[in-house]
Amino acid sequence: MTKYSIFSLLRHARHHHEKWPRAWRSPEPKGSYDVVIIGGGGHGLATAYYLAKEHGITNVAVVEKGHIGSGNVGRNTTIVRSNYLWDESAAIYEKSLKLWEGLSQELNFNLMFSQRGVLNLAHNQHDLRELARRVNANRLNGIDSEILSPEQIKAFCPILNTSPAARYPVLGASLQRRGGTARHDAVAWGFARAADALGVDIIENCEVTGIRRADDRAAGVETTKGFIKAQKIGAVAAGHSSVVAAMAGLRLPIESHPLQAMVSEPIKPVLHTVVMSTTVHVYISQSDRGELVMGAGIDGFTSYAQRSGLSTIEEMSAACIEMFPITSRLRMLRQWAGIVDVCPDASPIIGMTPIKGFYINCGWGTGGFKATPGSGWAFAHTIAEDRPHPLAEPFALERFSSGRLIDEHGAAAVAH
Amino acid sequence: MFLIECPWCGPRDESEFDCGGEAHIERPADPAELSDEAWADYLFMRTNPKGRHRERWVHACGCRRWFNIERDTVSHRITAVYRMGRKPPGRR
Repeated sequence: MTKYSIFSLLRHARHHHEKWPRAWRSPEPKGSYDVVIIGGGGHGLATAYYLAKEHGITNVAVVEKGHIGSGNVGRNTTIVRSNYLWDESAAIYEKSLKLWEGLSQELNFNLMFSQRGVLNLAHNQHDLRELARRVNANRLNGIDSEILSPEQIKAFCPILNTSPAARYPVLGASLQRRGGTARHDAVAWGFARAADALGVDIIENCEVTGIRRADDRAAGVETTKGFIKAQKIGAVAAGHSSVVAAMAGLRLPIESHPLQAMVSEPIKPVLHTVVMSTTVHVYISQSDRGELVMGAGIDGFTSYAQRSGLSTIEEMSAACIEMFPITSRLRMLRQWAGIVDVCPDASPIIGMTPIKGFYINCGWGTGGFKATPGSGWAFAHTIAEDRPHPLAEPFALERFSSGRLIDEHGAAAVAH
Repeated sequence: MFLIECPWCGPRDESEFDCGGEAHIERPADPAELSDEAWADYLFMRTNPKGRHRERWVHACGCRRWFNIERDTVSHRITAVYRMGRKPPGRR
């Protein structure tokens, strides 16, 4: 692997940057692997990376039906935070945030991770009480979080309409200063490049069409490039998790919904933080290119079509103008949708399944991007050790029969 | 976005409707006898197919009545609309 640095940049400048080597190989699949990861999104690539780095398992293939970065890892609104309510969620999201803080250096890839703060707004008394409860819970778990008054919010984010005369007046907000954004494509590319350098085969344009079982064990995956034998299989297929699980004869408590987002034309810097409102419903930040990036709630029906719809665009725009009146004449550049795997309790499923050697990591729903490194970390351990990582244990599939659900609808910040 | 043919009001925009999720999930006849796994299956597990799907919708901003539809979850094409309590047409 070529190390990226100021020196390699200067060296390649002499060739007008036309001789950079590929960031990762493009191998044909071998006949057999110790671990096959289904899905080359952020979580799948992170899992492969930590399998190789932390557990020394390098005979690993990541099988991706499209190209790296074509799924949800390239479709989210890039927000990173860890201000979740319950202890179980706080632990895994905070582990993830700690990993984010050193990830650019570790992967030798500029993830443009920017801890610009995340504001969660309260527009009524109920919001305010819920926010205070969550801030207190966060602080008990060692997660930085604070409450801002409307005056402090106005000073922190001047373009936000904090007028008491607003249709939905801002009564307060929580602020996690360590939260922020990261460049999502770079996350996928960085993990892919680092995993590849450790010996992981990343096989793009290779769709899994079936899962072969031998008695009660998983034996391998049928793909569009032939059968691949595997000791262990990790399914990290996000919106397609139910489809992959069905190949193994499993049913999941998941429904796949489109989640839409859009970006505006680039403008000068006006928003230096992330603002989220569950009541007016939009979450918004400004990219380094100057585009305002905004996200919606999920579409109300199940779908596998990555298409957006005008009614959602209208709702997002209305919410944006309500909160930021200066955006009223802003033009939109593009809009899209990703398919998210929504769980009944808005928490993920990470762990073992009734089939030996078949592990699942799914159900991240509307908020998986922030968890990318932590999810990969815990899932790699679960696969390598054949028992759940302590951070993953509460998120086992069995919680739906035991009743021990982890209700994070409040912290999910996206309407379900 | 798509049009839904309400059995009572005719074709209307999807935004007038609310989706009530997967159809034909029957409440277990004898809940007291059910295992935890069977309860979990009834309460939480969903087919979530890629392709033809049967689901319940309500015309929330119209006649406010419930009905079933059969819809493709990729193309969003609706292939059948039928009333509550009826079996889906052409059930195999």
